[in-house]
This record gives sequence, structure tokens and C-alpha cells, in this order.
Amino acid sequence: MSLWKVFTRGIIEENPYFVLALSLCPGLAVTTSVVNGLTMGLTVWFVITSNNVVVSIIRKTINKKVRVPVYITCIATIVTCVQLFLMAYAPDLYKALGVYLDLVVVFAIILARAESVASKNGVVVSFLDGMGMGIGFTIAMVTISIVRELFGNGTLFGVSMFGASYQPALIMALPPGAFMLIGFMMAGLKMWNKSREMKKMKGSEA
Amino acid sequence: MGAYFTLFIGAVLINNFVLTKFLGLCIFFGVSKNLNASIGMGFAVTSVITLSTILAWLLYNFILVPFGLTFLRTITFVVLIASFVQLLEIVIKKMSPTLYNMWGIYLMLIATNCIVLSVPVLSVTNNYNFIQNIVFAVGSGLGFALALILMASAREKLDYADVPEALKGTPVAFIVAGMLSLAFLGFSGML
Repeated sequence: MSLWKVFTRGIIEENPYFVLALSLCPGLAVTTSVVNGLTMGLTVWFVITSNNVVVSIIRKTINKKVRVPVYITCIATIVTCVQLFLMAYAPDLYKALGVYLDLVVVFAIILARAESVASKNGVVVSFLDGMGMGIGFTIAMVTISIVRELFGNGTLFGVSMFGASYQPALIMALPPGAFMLIGFMMAGLKMWNKSREMKKMKGSEA
Repeated sequence: MGAYFTLFIGAVLINNFVLTKFLGLCIFFGVSKNLNASIGMGFAVTSVITLSTILAWLLYNFILVPFGLTFLRTITFVVLIASFVQLLEIVIKKMSPTLYNMWGIYLMLIATNCIVLSVPVLSVTNNYNFIQNIVFAVGSGLGFALALILMASAREKLDYADVPEALKGTPVAFIVAGMLSLAFLGFSGML
């Protein structure tokens, strides 16, 4: 597989959020505003990429039997660094993300990439895979939070979009709206992927 | 006594972990296809949450706080929970093989799950005392079990429903969860 393919597969085809459906909690919990969604996306992007690199460097020295605890400790260390950084430079964001920042440690997607890619491949491939997956995750976070902030609050990045006469659809900001929105987004992506496959099949027949 | 009751009801219904805080979704969507599995999972999660929250509380307040190591919270809790679950698995396997056959497979899934990590973290960030801590942990666990069992009952019926092709599987499960969550919002006026 070419390196370019490794990098791009995480963005749409194997989008960690909508297609692999891993680590669903953050997409619902912190996406009430675009800033929060973006911070969470960037945090995961950083953690997944650096963890992939670290795991890929140490992959030959760790005993197969204890690999999962080792990976988890690596992830927890990186997450703690991000936490301390945010606490120092962006205390408001740190408060807004709250417990979900701690939970980055147990996001299935990070462990899954470490186990399935970084533990078997070299540094370059692992790095590109982490970057791609991170971008895919960030795109998912930002898309969801744009829809939710726009309709639930009438704003984007805190700036009013529709003027004062707009009545916000509060349900989008509340949990039920989040669940339903993601349900429909997943269905939409599924349809889109399918129609692309159909086109490809038709193209090869002709 | 009243304050503890409020805390308990709050954890089970009003701040239900799955439906209003979105924690434990991987298990919630993964296991809820089958009602019997959901009941087993619900109670396995409740017991693991309760025991690991007690351990985490003791560790935090008697070791991390006195030595000024609170920034190591995340790492210690993760390692504590993972090793505790492993230990529990070994003990159950030796003591009661029947129980192990019923719940054993769920224990591994629980080891790195957001709901099990978040209850101890929330408990120490809210500065609960020891008894509040236990009440909160049991309440959160039962709230998770309740949501899981409700969801599984709904999904068993959903198998016979005529769902549009693109919505089949996870997407429609999300929409059902949204409706359940809407129902749980009704509890927020209770206290």
C-alpha cells in the first residue's frame, strides 16, 4: 500500500468516527460548540499520532504478553501532558472539556491504531496513519459541532449567524438531538459510500 | 440521609451516564443487541464500577493527595482499574466457574471503558466523602444497567421492524437512543 493511501484512508473511507464507529462518547459530549469540538479533535489528533510513533519505536523491545498495559501507560502519559498544557494555557477550555479529557486515555480508536498498525509497522507508516486518523476524527468532531452550534444556539465560534430574531432549536444542544443527528449522519455517509461503490462497479463493467 | 437519596436518584435517572453524559457508548451499542447479555453486562459493570471507585477513592485520598501527586490521577486510575479487573477475572475463574462462564467475557471489555474510568474521576473532582462516593458509584452503575436493558428490549423489537436500508444497524440504534434520552430528560425536573 502506498504511503499516500495510508495517510488518506483515515479521512473518509475508514473514518474512525462514522465508519469504524469507535470512540463515540466525545462526539456527542463535547460538540455543543465548535471550539470545544475542535479542541477535542486536535487533542486526539496529537495523542494518536505521538502514541503511534512511540509504540512503533518500542515495538521490538516490549514483550507481547504485556503490550496492552504498556500501550495504555504510553497513552496515559501523553494525555497527562496535554492536560497539563491545556490547564496552563487554556484553563477555560480545560474546564469545558472536563472529564472527557481524562477519557481520551480509554478511547478505543487510539488503542486500536496502536495494536493494529503501530505495533507492526515502521515509524513513517505509523506516523502517517496517526495523522490521517487524527484528521478524520477532527473533521468528524468539527462537522457535528458546526451543525449543533448553528441550530442549537444560532452561532458559529460564538458569533451570531441568523440575527436576534432566530429562535434556537434547543434540542440540538441537548443530548437527544446529538444522538439523532449522529444517527442520520452515519446513515448519510453509508448511502454516499454505497453510491460511490456502485459507480465504481459500473465504471469497471463499461 | 435525604442528601444521599438525592445523590442516588440523580446518578440513576437525572444524570444518567449513558443518556445524558454519553459515557460507555461502545458497550451500550455493542451489547444491546441481546437482552440476556445486557442484563449480565449491566450487573458486571455495576459491580466493577463500585469496587474500583472505592479503591480509586482510597488511593487518591490516602496516597496521591498527601504526597502531592494529584497530576498522576489519570495514569494511576487507568492502571488500577485494568489490573483490578484482571485480578477479579482470575478470582472469579477460581472461585466460581459458572459465574465466570456467564460474565467472564464482559470483564475484558470493561477493563478499558470510559464509564468505569469516569466515575472515579468525577467522584474525586467533586470531592465526595467516602459514603457519598459509594452511593454515587452504585447509582451510576445501576443507571447504566437500566439504560442498557431498556435499549436491548427496544432493539429486540426493532429486528422485526421495516427499517430503511441506510438506517439499518447502528444508525437506527442511535435514533432510538435519542428517543430514550428525550424520555430521560423528563426526569430533570424531579429534584
